[in-house]
Amino acid sequence: MIITIASGKGGTGKTLISTSLALSLKDDYGVTLADCDVEEPNAGIFLKPQISGSESVDIMVPVVAEEKCTFCGKCAKVCAFNAIAVLGSHVLTFPQLCHGCGACSYLCPEKAITEEARHIGVVEWGDARGIKFIQGILTVGEAMAPPVISRVKEHESEQDIIIRDAPPGTSCPVVETVRGSDFCLLLTEPTPFGLNDLKLAVETVRELDIPFGVVINRTGAGDAGVENYCQEEKIHVLMTIPLDTEIARLYSRGVVLVEGMPEWKSRFIQLYNDIKEKVDA
Amino acid sequence: MRELVVLSGKGGTGKTSIVGSLAALAEKKVMADCDVDAADLHLLLNPAVRHKEEFWSGKSAVIDSEKCTQCGLCQKLCRFDAIDNFKVDAISCEGCGFCSHICPAEAITMEENMAGYLFISDTKYGPLVHARLGIAQENSGKLVAKVRQQSKKLAGEAGADYIICDGPPGIGCPVVSSLSGANMALLVVEPTLSGIHDMERVIGVCRHFNVPAAVCVNKFDINEENTREIEKYCQSQSVEVAARIPFDNVVTEAMVKGIPVVEYSGGAVSQEIKKLWEKVSRLLNSK
Repeated sequence: MIITIASGKGGTGKTLISTSLALSLKDDYGVTLADCDVEEPNAGIFLKPQISGSESVDIMVPVVAEEKCTFCGKCAKVCAFNAIAVLGSHVLTFPQLCHGCGACSYLCPEKAITEEARHIGVVEWGDARGIKFIQGILTVGEAMAPPVISRVKEHESEQDIIIRDAPPGTSCPVVETVRGSDFCLLLTEPTPFGLNDLKLAVETVRELDIPFGVVINRTGAGDAGVENYCQEEKIHVLMTIPLDTEIARLYSRGVVLVEGMPEWKSRFIQLYNDIKEKVDA
Repeated sequence: MRELVVLSGKGGTGKTSIVGSLAALAEKKVMADCDVDAADLHLLLNPAVRHKEEFWSGKSAVIDSEKCTQCGLCQKLCRFDAIDNFKVDAISCEGCGFCSHICPAEAITMEENMAGYLFISDTKYGPLVHARLGIAQENSGKLVAKVRQQSKKLAGEAGADYIICDGPPGIGCPVVSSLSGANMALLVVEPTLSGIHDMERVIGVCRHFNVPAAVCVNKFDINEENTREIEKYCQSQSVEVAARIPFDNVVTEAMVKGIPVVEYSGGAVSQEIKKLWEKVSRLLNSK
């Protein structure tokens, strides 16, 4: 089963939930935690994994052999991303803009274009206290997160309970993470920002047709907007976590909630059972 | 005209609450919400939309099943696994158009996507340019570029001194698009290990794009040891720590009321944000 922990708004506790859920389940199940927030991967700070392997994530970008090139301009014409341009008797490539589709090299009438790998990030894996841990790390200065996320997903162990820690937002990196999940847990906080971004996240998972439930973090402050919305939309609130300085302190030091406050473990097992019941239904 | 972009790396550190307050404090400015896939600034600035336009960007392949001979070449060549059973999955489709160029039956066309909306609004603090990326759409970077372009135009027309951009979290495409060419980045950082890790990466991005950065530690008293780590790191990187804002529930209360916190409370948080703007505006004008 694949459970993705997502949220429209950042800082609502995705990593807190994914690391606690993983540690709560590992004694009874095989668990993979896949940190798909490749722009800012944080799960490793909490789980302190022993990294045992890694691989480079590359995009195949064009290299033009100008001695073969007739400067016909076909490559520039077919490139949808303006990553290749023909100026007189020169071909300029802009590797940062290239999405690696391969159209230019395939369609070049002179076969003057080959491809070379451009490094945009890494995927690492290892063991974190009996959990299979995978994380993607986008190289600083690179823009394209989805290819790194897609590679993280390739390393998941299918027989495990797979917990994906998603990036915030609702655009392509989130869509790439959420796709293929059996269930999506949407995190939010009881504030107007939390509500606004929850609505966007709900629209996204509905568009992708993935069953979901909500976790409200830091209850006790803010307002009743999120609760009312969930009620109106008949969205199941599977867990609430109170605004609590002790929880915030543990988080600030990189301590997993269920390790700092073991009384939470049974609630996370219950959370999993609730999710499982919904997925099986 | 000086452009400030507020970033954080990690989400939920308080970018929008701080930008909302800067909107109330800065004179002669245009506001821009560059967090186009989860925009919240409008919830503090109460905008009246004066202009709304569609944002068309990117394309998706469409296969005409009448013309398709099911030869399978498109499926074989697509590197995004977007074609299955002679149908295109629009969400996987990268919009490269490769398939449309190679289809022997010329059965594939590329159709443009309506990828969101761009708004220009009036607020009591001045003009606001904001946007909404369509659900599960790509090209957030291009929409961000459009928001910035529009805000520059407005600022030019109005003779504004500042453009203040509320940025997205992370370090990827929309962040790169928010940052490149800006005069300065203000990084809102929380004193958690995650916050520190993410700040280090976003400082790296600022350096990569040659944009000077300053840091504001938010909720600094949640973990003062981590706050000192942040200050030490920033000193080693020659990045100024411009303010230390304490944790106070008034920030959430102001958000619930839908107003910038500096207009809601005169307490320590507001005092520190005022000092922050004094410092940042000085840095902004000197860089």
